[in-house]
Amino acid sequence: MPTSTPSTAAPSSTAGARGTDGYTHYLNKDADQPFYQRVWNWMTTVDHKKIGLMYGVSLAIVFLVAGVLAMLMRMELLSPGPELFANDTYNQLFTMHGVLMVFLFLVPSIPAMLGNFVLPMQLGAKDVAFPRLNLASYYIYVAGGLMTVGAILLGGLDTGWTFYTPYSTDAGGNAVLVMTAALFVTGFSSIFTGLNFIVTIHKMRAPGLTWNRLPLFVWGLYATSIVQVLATPVIGITMILLILERTLSIGIFDPALGGDPILFQHFFWFYSHPAVYIMILPGFGIISELMATFSRQRVYGYTAIALSSVAIALLGFLVWGHHMFVSGQSAVSAIIFSLITYLIGIPSGIKVFNWVATMYKGSIWLQTPMLYSLSFLFLFTIGGLTGIMVGVLAVDVHLHDTYFVVGHFHYVMMGGTVMALFGGLHYWWPKMTGKMYNETLGKIAAALVFVGFNITFFSHLILGSQGMPRRYATYLPRFETLHQISTYGSWVLGGGMFLILGYLLHSMVWGEEATANPWAAPTLEWTHTTPMPDPHNFEHTPIVTRGAYDFHKIEELIPGGDGAGDGAVTEVGVPASGDGASGGDGQQRRRETEQSS
Amino acid sequence: MNDGGTVWLPESASTLAPTIDSLFYFVYWASVIIFAGVVIAMLYLIWKYRRESHADRMKLVEESRLIEATWIVLPTILVLVVFVWGFRAYIKVGVAPPDAYEIRVTGKQWLWEFEYPDGTSTTGELHVPVDRPVKLVMSSTDVLHSFFVPAFRVKHDVLPNRYTSVWFEATKEGTYKALCTEYCGASHSQMTANVTVQDQGEFESWLKSAGIPSDASPVERGKILYEQQGCNTCHSLDGSEGTGPTWKGLYGHDAQLADGSTVTADANYIRQSILKPGSQIAKGYQNIMPASYGSLSERELTGLVAFIKKQSEKGRAELKAAGATSDSTAAAAADSISTGDEQQQAPSGPPGAMPSAEASNQ
Ligand code: HEM
Ligand SMILES: [Cu+2]
Repeated sequence: MPTSTPSTAAPSSTAGARGTDGYTHYLNKDADQPFYQRVWNWMTTVDHKKIGLMYGVSLAIVFLVAGVLAMLMRMELLSPGPELFANDTYNQLFTMHGVLMVFLFLVPSIPAMLGNFVLPMQLGAKDVAFPRLNLASYYIYVAGGLMTVGAILLGGLDTGWTFYTPYSTDAGGNAVLVMTAALFVTGFSSIFTGLNFIVTIHKMRAPGLTWNRLPLFVWGLYATSIVQVLATPVIGITMILLILERTLSIGIFDPALGGDPILFQHFFWFYSHPAVYIMILPGFGIISELMATFSRQRVYGYTAIALSSVAIALLGFLVWGHHMFVSGQSAVSAIIFSLITYLIGIPSGIKVFNWVATMYKGSIWLQTPMLYSLSFLFLFTIGGLTGIMVGVLAVDVHLHDTYFVVGHFHYVMMGGTVMALFGGLHYWWPKMTGKMYNETLGKIAAALVFVGFNITFFSHLILGSQGMPRRYATYLPRFETLHQISTYGSWVLGGGMFLILGYLLHSMVWGEEATANPWAAPTLEWTHTTPMPDPHNFEHTPIVTRGAYDFHKIEELIPGGDGAGDGAVTEVGVPASGDGASGGDGQQRRRETEQSS
Repeated sequence: MNDGGTVWLPESASTLAPTIDSLFYFVYWASVIIFAGVVIAMLYLIWKYRRESHADRMKLVEESRLIEATWIVLPTILVLVVFVWGFRAYIKVGVAPPDAYEIRVTGKQWLWEFEYPDGTSTTGELHVPVDRPVKLVMSSTDVLHSFFVPAFRVKHDVLPNRYTSVWFEATKEGTYKALCTEYCGASHSQMTANVTVQDQGEFESWLKSAGIPSDASPVERGKILYEQQGCNTCHSLDGSEGTGPTWKGLYGHDAQLADGSTVTADANYIRQSILKPGSQIAKGYQNIMPASYGSLSERELTGLVAFIKKQSEKGRAELKAAGATSDSTAAAAADSISTGDEQQQAPSGPPGAMPSAEASNQ
C-alpha cells in the first residue's frame, strides 16, 4: 500500500514550527518592515532564490497571456470560416502566441526560474558567481517584456514568430520594429544568465563536487548556457539588420532592395535551432533528477546523459538547414542537414532509453512530479519520432509548414519542456515556498494536462499529414472534425492548467508546511534544514563525498529524514538560534561526511 | 474522412505520391514499434518496481555495455536507412524529367496566376493533362509563398527574387486543391487554387478557349472569371466581409470612398475599379487589389460587370429590363453607361460605348 503523502504526515507540522522558533523562512525575513520597504527589498535583492521567484512570477504572467491567446485561436478554428475574428486578428493572435511562448517564456523558463533557484544550492554555493549581473538580467528581461507590450499597443504584428522577410520588412509598421528590438534586448538577458551559470559551475562547486558527481540538472544547465552564450548574439544581430533594413532601406533581406530573403532564414534558424536546445536541455536535466529521486535509483548511464547534453548543444549548431528543405537552399545542403539532424536525434533517443532503464530495480513513487516526468517520457518520445519523420527529406516536402510540424514542436516543447518545467516546479515547490501543494489536486491536474494535451496535439499530427497548412485563419471544410477535436482538447488542457494555478496559489497561503526533504531526494539542495539558512543557503560549505545519485549512501546525507523518503519522518536537532556561527546543522553534516569517508 | 486517402495521408494522385507514402509509412511503423516498446517498458517497470513501503530500497544495478551498445547501434542503422531512402526520393522530387510540360506560376497576395506556353493565363485555376510530367516554374511578385498540392505530395517555396520549381505527373483525373503554405499576410488561408487534371484532349480544348466556353452568356462568363481570376479570394457574393468589398448589392448603391466622396457604383465605376483599382478606394479597405487586371480583355470586362450586376437587386432589374435573354442584349446591358440616375432602368448608350476618356484604354 502506498504510504501517506508528506503533507499529511504528522511530523511535518512540527517541522514547520521550526520556522518560528529557529529559522525564519527566507521569504518572510523582512515581515516586520513596512510594505514599501519590503517591495524595495524584493526589487533590489541579489539573492538568487528571490530573483528566481521574480522570474517565476513574470514567466507565469507571460505563460498565462500566451495560453489565453492560444485558447482564442482554437475557438476561432472550431469552424472552417472566419467566425470569431477577422483574418488579421487571427494572424496577430498566432504571432503573439508564438513570440511570447518562444522568446519570453520557453527560452528563459527553466534556467531563469528553476535554474536560478536551484543551481547554486545544488553546487553547495552561496549564490551565483555574479549576483548583481543576475539581477540585471532580470531587469533586462522585464524591459524586453515591456517593449513587447509596447509593440502590442502600437497595433500588434502579424509576421509570425519567425519574422520571415520580405513580409516582415514592410508589414506591421512600428510594432515590428519595437518587437524585434525587444528580442534584441531580451537576448542580453539570456546571454548574461548563460555567462553567469558557466562561471558559477566552473568556480563555485563545493569541495568534493567533481564534474562526474554533478547533478544532471547542472549538466543540463551547463550545456544550455554554452548555447545561450554562443547562439543568442546571432539573433540579436539578425534583428538589428532587420531594423536597419526597415528604417534605412539598406538591402539585406528584401529583394526589392537587392537583398536575399533566404539569408534571413539562415540567420534566423542559426539561432532558433540551437534555441530549441536552450529550451529542452534544462528539461532533460530536470527529468534526470525526477527519475532518480522518484525511482530511488541512480540515473542509468550518467556519463552518457551528461556528455550527450554537451554533444547535442554543439551539434545543434549544425542542423539549422532542416527548417529550409523546401525553401530554395541547394539540394546538397539539404542532404547534409538531414544527415546531421539524425545524428543529433540519436543522443536524444538514447537519453529516453536511459531514463526508462533508470526505473529498473528501483522503488517507484508516483507523486505529481514523477507523473510529469513519465508524461515527459511519453510525449517527448512522440516529439522525437515525429522529428525524425520531418527530418526525412522527401517526407518533409509533404509535411513542411503543415500542422504536422506544429504537432511535432508542441510535442517537444510543451510535451517536453513544459512537462519538465511543471515536474520541476512541483518538485522544488516545497523548497521555494516552504509549503506543500495539494497532492491529490496535483495528480488530477497532471492527468488533465496529459489527456488534454494529447487530444489537442495528436489531432494536429493527423491534420498536418492530411495536408492542413499552418497559420490558417480559415480552412477547408474537410478538416473540420479534427480541428473541433483539437479545440475540445484545448479546454481540457486549459482546465488542467488553471487548476494548477489555483492550487499552487492556494498552497502559498494555506498549504501545509514542507519538511526539509519531502521526497528523500539525494542532491545537495535537499540536505539543509527547512527553512533553509538565509541568506547563504548553507551554514557551512558542504563537503561532498559521493556522486549525486548514490542512493546506497544516502542515509548519511539527509539530516532531515531517515533516508527512506516519503516525508522525512525523523526529526533532526536544529540549533535554537539562527545566527549560524555554531551551526549544528553544518556540524552534523561534517560528522556524517567523516563517517562516510 | 477523405475518400481515397488513409487515416494519415490524403488521396494520392501523382507518380511521386506512392514513393513518399511508402517512406512515410515505413518511418511511421518503425516509430510505432519503438514508441510501443518504450511505453510498454515504462508501464511494466512502474508496476513491477512500484514502491510498496516507504522503506523500499533500490537494488544496485550493473550498467551493461551490451545493452547500451544495442540501443545506440540499432537506431543509428535505422535512421541511416531512412536517410538514404529519404534523400534518394528527395532527388526524385527535385529533378523534373526533361520533357515536362512547363507552366509559369506567379504567387501574389493572395492569389495564384498560371500562364501556359500558348499565352493563356488563368487565376486560381490550374489545368493539367493527366499522365504527363508537368513542371511549374514559380516566382512571386511580393512576399514569400509556397505552392502545395497535398494530393500530389509536392511543395516548394515561391520567392520574389528567383525561380523555383515543382514537378509532378498526375495519375488521376479530378479536381484537387493547391494551397499556400508560407505565411503571406491577411488572406494567406484563402490563397488557394483548384488543380483540374484532365485527359490530354479535354485539356487541349480547354486551353483553346482559355477555359471559357465560347457560347457562354456575359453573366456566365463573369461567373467563370470571378473564380478563375481569383476575385473570389477577396470579394464575397453573400455579403460577408472579405479583404475587398462584397459584391452583394454593390451595383447601383452609393459607394463611400476613402477620400470622403461618394459615388454611385455604376458600370463605369466598376469598370474603373477593375482596371485601375488604386484610383478609387472604397472606404475602410486598403489599396491592395492587384493592378494586373488592367490586362483583361473587353469581352472579359463585360462579363464581370454583368456578373456584378447580377449580385444586386437593381442590377438584376436592369438585366431583366434589357431582356437579357440573348447574348447580345445582355452584353449591351452590361456595357451600358449608367448616368448615376437612381431611376434609370434601361441602357442608355450604344453597346460597347466607352464611358469616358479616362476609363477607355482602347
Ligand atoms: C529528435 C529530435 C528532433 C528532430 C530530429 C527534429 C527535427 C525537426 C525538423 C526536421 C524540423 C523542420 C520541419 C519543417 O519545418 O518541415 C523541426 C521543426 C521544429 N522543431 Fe524539431 N526536431 C527534434 C527535436 C526538437 C526539440 C527538442 C525541439 C524543441 C524543444 C524542437 C522544436 C522544433 C520547432 C519549434 C520546429 C518548428 C519551427 C517552425 O517552423 O516554426 N524540435 N524539427
Ligand atoms: Cu530545428
